[in-house]
Amino acid sequence: MSTATTAATATAPRRPRLSPAARRVLLVAAAMAAVAPFAAAHWGSGMWPGALTVHLDGPLGRVNDWIIDNRDSHWLFLYFFGHISNAVVGAVRAVYVVLLALGWAGVTAGASLLAWRLAGVRAAVTALASFAVCGLLGMWVPTMRTLALMVVAVAVSVAVGALLGLAAGLSDRTFRALRPVLDTMQALPAFAYLLPVVLVFGIGVAPAVLATVVYAAPPMARLTALGLRGTDKGVLEAVTSLGTTPRQRLLTARLPLARRELLLGVNQSIMMALSMAVIASVIGADGLGDRVYQALSTVDVGAALAAGVPIVLLAITLDRTTSGLGQEGHNRTRTRATAEWATAAAATAAAAWAAHGKTWPHGLTVHIESATNRAKDWLVDHLSHGIPGIGGTADWAAHYTGWVLDPLRTALQSTPWWAAPFVVAALAWAIGTWRTALTSAVSLALIGVLGRWEPAMDTLSQVLAAVAVTLVLGIAIAVAAARSRRVERVLRPVLDVFQTMPQFVYLIPVVALFGVGRAPAAAAAVVYALPAVVRIVSQGLRQADPAALESARSLGATGGQQLRQVQFPLARAELLLAVNQAVVLVLSVVIIGGLVGGGALGYEVVFGLAQGDLATGLTAGTAIACLGLMLDRVTQPTKAPAHKEDA
Amino acid sequence: MTFRRKTAVATAALGLLTVAVTGCGAADMTRQASPYANAAGAKTVTLSVQSWVGARANEAVAQYLLEHELGYRVDTVQVDEIPAWDALSQGRVDAILEDWGHPDQEKRYVRDKKTVTDGGELGVTGHIGWWVPKYFADAHPDVLDWKNLNRYASQLRTAESGGKGQLLGGSPSYVTNDKALVKNLNLDYQVVFAGSEAAQITQIKQFAKDRKPFLTYWYEPQWLFNEVPMVEVKLPEHTDACAEKGAADPSTVDCAYPTTPLRKYLNAQFAQKGGKAAALLRNFRWSKADQNEVAQLMAEDRLSADEAAKRWVKRHPDVWKAWLP
Repeated sequence: MSTATTAATATAPRRPRLSPAARRVLLVAAAMAAVAPFAAAHWGSGMWPGALTVHLDGPLGRVNDWIIDNRDSHWLFLYFFGHISNAVVGAVRAVYVVLLALGWAGVTAGASLLAWRLAGVRAAVTALASFAVCGLLGMWVPTMRTLALMVVAVAVSVAVGALLGLAAGLSDRTFRALRPVLDTMQALPAFAYLLPVVLVFGIGVAPAVLATVVYAAPPMARLTALGLRGTDKGVLEAVTSLGTTPRQRLLTARLPLARRELLLGVNQSIMMALSMAVIASVIGADGLGDRVYQALSTVDVGAALAAGVPIVLLAITLDRTTSGLGQEGHNRTRTRATAEWATAAAATAAAAWAAHGKTWPHGLTVHIESATNRAKDWLVDHLSHGIPGIGGTADWAAHYTGWVLDPLRTALQSTPWWAAPFVVAALAWAIGTWRTALTSAVSLALIGVLGRWEPAMDTLSQVLAAVAVTLVLGIAIAVAAARSRRVERVLRPVLDVFQTMPQFVYLIPVVALFGVGRAPAAAAAVVYALPAVVRIVSQGLRQADPAALESARSLGATGGQQLRQVQFPLARAELLLAVNQAVVLVLSVVIIGGLVGGGALGYEVVFGLAQGDLATGLTAGTAIACLGLMLDRVTQPTKAPAHKEDA
Repeated sequence: MTFRRKTAVATAALGLLTVAVTGCGAADMTRQASPYANAAGAKTVTLSVQSWVGARANEAVAQYLLEHELGYRVDTVQVDEIPAWDALSQGRVDAILEDWGHPDQEKRYVRDKKTVTDGGELGVTGHIGWWVPKYFADAHPDVLDWKNLNRYASQLRTAESGGKGQLLGGSPSYVTNDKALVKNLNLDYQVVFAGSEAAQITQIKQFAKDRKPFLTYWYEPQWLFNEVPMVEVKLPEHTDACAEKGAADPSTVDCAYPTTPLRKYLNAQFAQKGGKAAALLRNFRWSKADQNEVAQLMAEDRLSADEAAKRWVKRHPDVWKAWLP
């Protein structure tokens, strides 16, 4: 097509030229115009026609029944899945027993000393305080369970991820095959991962660990591969010229040079694993997540908070400790390092011995549940209605649902089914490639084929509305942060904390403020996605060429003009990336919103799990995956020409 | 190349080692206990908690007695009704204390696989139905017959029900025939699912505060009746023929919900080897009033489960002393 259009523009140079994006949109529109009359005549212009759907409920239900009936006798379970399950359970149990044997004093001392050795004094203090608070809140045992599950899941994730990453880092073919898979997995909401493992393993700790591994291994694999492939060519050549074998090159040059990526991979894996380990309480993971889940299902905000705080603290501790990895200790001598490790181990053992391996003493707990609930009731009474001028949170929730979500949902659901894939393709192609356009259109169509069109449009309306809110707020905050150093300094720690929190935690406060329904899901999604958007956009704005800004200022441009005409256009790539991130992050929380009345696809997954009706759950889970893939691809810009086209 | 060959050898060796370690024997899929059970010398009982507050009341009192009277450690895991049966059969939980009648699961696990055993009656009789608030029924007494429901559809319309009357559905995990009933009785209603029981209660309270009419899936015993008095709408009478038809194909149900004596179920192995804990759970039997007392302490007075159980246990030693083995 490019030759034809260039020829056309060449013969008529005076006509205003269409940008490539507009040309692509026109092309898609033409294709749609060709298909539409036929499709509309045959199947109407409402929602996805029933004639074009495939019903998987029957076969999936039979698979589920077959598994339950044969699980105790079939060799596949007795000799394969059974051993996997037992190995996982055994490993988690072993770690848990060790943690219990260490007792509260041993674990707290051990964690603090580990943090100190790995990341310095500040991390150690964070660890000490965090574990103490977990105990104080009466959450010691659940915390240890989550920790035991995490240790196993992270160990497996890092091992699997590193192996995959190694393969992809060393072989181009593996890399090409693996990259789209890993990219896709990063765009999928956590909920979509739960059902396949439940189908095979039932509900319990083993499937929870496996789902966590599937979720947490990709970042490790990605970063390992990137690290290995990014090795400086000059260094490699130099090492090769010394006559090294491939293995020597790997061990002495490529791996050490990829150290930063590897450590970042470990950090990412840990954070993803924590996020998933908590969500996996929906499939029986026990521990802190289960406490939050129990509390959410009775809208007991106090109990949810008591379990949510340890999750947040655990997240912060793990993040500080692992992101600080390798930043200290370089300048120490080996003997001193060994001595310090030995001291740390001895101190841990001493603490464990002194506390006789006890769990946190009962007398030393603080119950915040009823106080929190009273505070929450007060807040709801005073904030939910009739604050002069701005209304209350319940009013906002009602307005957001009635004025934004409902019309949007109606609009999406009444969009002709044949038009939607073309619209999506046009949007994707305008900023991306024909590949992303095709993938997104096919994903959307697949949702229709699965018969989940209506709930998917409902979910989509929630995502779009929340993304819009996120972008407006995020860009406003980012502009403020980019203009003032002080705002940025205040914001940075806040963003750090918010970015490390598992998605589940966000549901707690919003249920208190907005009640139950689609509005709280949206609020949680906005808060969850905001930090990433603020960070990316403010970085983009600050990178704007100072010379360009200076010249704009010298021409007398106002602050707003500078922003609109210089900074935003120059930060186009970052803005697009922010949209992409916002979409992916918002979707993941909107889906979890099914637990607090968000409805649509998220609810169907919850329903499928609750009723043991895995056919419903799996179909909805697949639709969620398709929606995630579609949204990711639609907003995925091509990297290379982004700047040139506008300049 | 040597590197690649070595990797291959290493992989093969690792595979062999895995087989050797896991043993060539078969895994027992009916003993998939939680990794946290019986750790560090504690005797553990794992109870499945369901989301409705009545079941939480059973569980709270059972936990209190097991921990304070018999010295067990009790773990609770939130599992929904049907997955709980599966977890029970695999030994991931030891007991369900309140089951609302799942004939399919009972046949599969109790009679066919024999991995679950009946733990006797809970002592409480459960009833599911459709209910309207008393203030609405007083003003319009004929709404209490299902045949007149369509005349009130327009009054029961909401934003979520799309032009039809709203029937507020229960939590996704509850036993329900609502969609089939609406279809088979030709009712001009849309089942709107609140998403959880807590959400449903919030909605009902909101409606009651504004004195608005509503129609909801609800069940007895439930403490909410003390706060929002409701009257049941009469559906076509529940018959055995209708129940059989419904068991074969749930989408054909066209009669009221049955009245179910709630039952307890135990994992078969736990029932045999669970000692005093299993005996206590088998003997556990109390009345609707007892359950409501604890449920209300938890849901309305916002006491922790432990505290609510403690208060009930203090007040009613005559009831629970008989359960101790």
